[in-house]
Amino acid sequence: MTSIKEKIYKWIFATLAFSSLVFLIGIIIVLFKEGMPIFKEVTAFKFIFGKSWYPTYSEPEFGILPLILGSIWVTLGAIFICVPLGVGSALYLHELAGHKQRAILKPIIEILASIPSVVFGFFGMVIVTPFIQKLFHLPTGLCALNGSLILGIMATPTVCSLAEDALSYVPKSFREASFAVGANRWQTLTQVVMPAAGSGIATAIILGMSRAIGETMTVLMVTGGAAVMPHSYLEPVRPMTAAIAAEMGEAPMGGSHYHALFAIALILFLVTLVFNIIAEIISRRFRIKLGLSG
Amino acid sequence: MKKNITQNIGFLMLFLCIIVTLIFLGSIIYFISARGAKVISWEFLTQGPRMGMTQGGVLPAIIGTFYLTLGAILFALPLGLSCAIYLCEYSPKSFVVNIIRISINNLAGVPSVVFGLFGLAVFVNFFKFGVSILSGSFTLGILALPLIISASQEALMAVPQSIREASLSLGATKWGTIKNIVLPTALPGILTGVILSIGRVAGETAPILFTAAAFYTRGYPKSIFSEVMALPYHIYALMTEGTHPDQQKAIAYGCSLILLFMVLLVSGIAIAIRQRQRGINA
Amino acid sequence: MHNRIKIKADSINFFYNKVQALKNINIDILEKQVTAIIGPSGCGKSTFIRLLNRMDELVPHTSITGKIYIDDVDIFHTSADPVEIRKRVGMVFQKPNPFPKSIFENVSYGLKINGIKDKSFIEEKVEMSLKKAALWSEVKDRLHESALKLSGGQQQRLCIARCLAVQTEAILFDEPCASLDPISTAKIEELILELKKEYTIVIVTHNMQQAARSSDYTAFFLLGELIEFGKTQDIFTKPNDSKTEAYITGRFG
Repeated sequence: MTSIKEKIYKWIFATLAFSSLVFLIGIIIVLFKEGMPIFKEVTAFKFIFGKSWYPTYSEPEFGILPLILGSIWVTLGAIFICVPLGVGSALYLHELAGHKQRAILKPIIEILASIPSVVFGFFGMVIVTPFIQKLFHLPTGLCALNGSLILGIMATPTVCSLAEDALSYVPKSFREASFAVGANRWQTLTQVVMPAAGSGIATAIILGMSRAIGETMTVLMVTGGAAVMPHSYLEPVRPMTAAIAAEMGEAPMGGSHYHALFAIALILFLVTLVFNIIAEIISRRFRIKLGLSG
Repeated sequence: MKKNITQNIGFLMLFLCIIVTLIFLGSIIYFISARGAKVISWEFLTQGPRMGMTQGGVLPAIIGTFYLTLGAILFALPLGLSCAIYLCEYSPKSFVVNIIRISINNLAGVPSVVFGLFGLAVFVNFFKFGVSILSGSFTLGILALPLIISASQEALMAVPQSIREASLSLGATKWGTIKNIVLPTALPGILTGVILSIGRVAGETAPILFTAAAFYTRGYPKSIFSEVMALPYHIYALMTEGTHPDQQKAIAYGCSLILLFMVLLVSGIAIAIRQRQRGINA
Repeated sequence: MHNRIKIKADSINFFYNKVQALKNINIDILEKQVTAIIGPSGCGKSTFIRLLNRMDELVPHTSITGKIYIDDVDIFHTSADPVEIRKRVGMVFQKPNPFPKSIFENVSYGLKINGIKDKSFIEEKVEMSLKKAALWSEVKDRLHESALKLSGGQQQRLCIARCLAVQTEAILFDEPCASLDPISTAKIEELILELKKEYTIVIVTHNMQQAARSSDYTAFFLLGELIEFGKTQDIFTKPNDSKTEAYITGRFG
């Protein structure tokens, strides 16, 4: 009797354990099913490299290059902010902060990582936008720079937290060995600890990038939303996520516009998937290198 | 001596990094608190919007966010906990288990707007739940699933193997051991994960854009098939829709402060519990 | 006095992956006697004792040949339920492993999982078990405090009491004193001598004085093989095998 009951429990858990896989496959199926029909109207090449995005015109054009470039510009800009700030903060926490300071700062950074993106977006709109507008004498402060700035600040706690974890995995003996040959703390940090934690830090950066490129609300609210080829960080752009979020409400279900937006989501999904897989591979190597179990 | 000058400059830079980070993030909290506090009143918290979104309160949005979050957790917790139990307690290391692990990691990295599209296509259109609390809860639940799984896994793995053995050696079955010993011991860790997910889910906007949220509803939601107002969406809508930008901006400040306060409180509690838990185990 | 055979190991071979950890072990363990298993680290003594109540199953990638009988029941037979076997044969581990629950809940746990709900019966049983484990006088006023507040030696006696509440036939001790101080160790040894009136006891130890003091029979394991098995007195005074002699006189181990 008991053993039958035991088996039933095991099977229930085993079945439910597949839920993540089911949802992931479900997402892939939905994106393909709803996204592929657009390629009957435009070729994949024209879709990705087309320079005009006019989905609602009477003769619509579905070229998403401006959107892709919008995402890339904003994300690259964000990287310039979140990588130095995030990694620098992590190094500070790891090397310079005392025990007490660390015990306070680390949780604070973790808590800050949970600020909702819509709040960042709102902050960008009401505080940063007028600031940028005045500073550069622009017609509008909603632009790629604003997006990069907000996105960068937003990703900083994540990058910092992950990078700090990576640093803490570096065995103490590495540092001691370095001190023993007369290196000072800075040399030890830059020449021994950082290279040892390097791939862990790289993982942190890639995951930060992946989060930035998939981020929706902030870029939707602060980048200005112009679906044109970006020329300057001081002009409005429309990243892929913003296009989906802004236009899906108006796109008639089953129409070309609807399919095109799913196709953008598909590309976005594949890009973040690749990022995550790269992060996974690097972090696995990192763990093996430092002799940690996978 | 040059060596030490480099060191001092380097350390100064690191110090600046963390200061800048804290100033940026602190200023967000400061501006929203300072300006939001002016708007918050008893009326703001306990009444619905009036006069075309220019006056009144945001209670329906607070209630909507509560329903959506509750629904998401009710959906994700049983699934996520079962998955963690299977991975930690039952599964031998195998190909299948690896596939499950990989899918959890990748699900965690899916952009939130993609979850929104999935919810739109599957729950709203395919299952015909419409734009509703139900669709939104499911969509947010899928987003929370990887968080709950990994927190539960961490909590289960922290339970010492020796007390599992003790229970089995007394003649307890595997499930008896999990139910009576493992889960009660892992409970604080699992709770931390749930609370963190609540913080995350409550603030998500993109997944509910097309699956649950409405800028304005008459009265309060009547069933799980009603569309709802939700705080994060409300902030977005106030800033991008409507006809009275200045009055709406003030209300958006109030909403942001409520949301920020809720989320920071919730994740603060979770992180404090985790900190204590780690302190005890270490 | 002739005791009957309680546990019989018949040609046991045991493998982790493909490494053989036990080689053709044959032992008859007598009822209401203390049988000690000694040998250097890695000799397979813990592996062996864990087979006796099928705790080996918790480790993946193992395989076994041969048979173990408890009262003539083949415990590796496909129809044998490990849960049933463990209800008869208890185990005390190297490190005290009380549950993070109260003292009372620790002892009553085995009753609870067997579906016993009668409160007064449970209370009676808990008191009796704690008395048998020589712990009652130390904890009777704080039964509902966490077991984790007890000292290491008290925790280990609590783990013994936990077995006594449900398991009525045999108790396996896997180096029960490995993490205890000498005074706590002495108390456990005293307890073992007391328990042998009612229970069949198997104790794994690498402390030879302990084996000599508290056991009736001793088995000497080396590299997965049973080198010698006999009355404790004989093993320690006139061992047949030179390897046994070398070990007990401290030349290796």
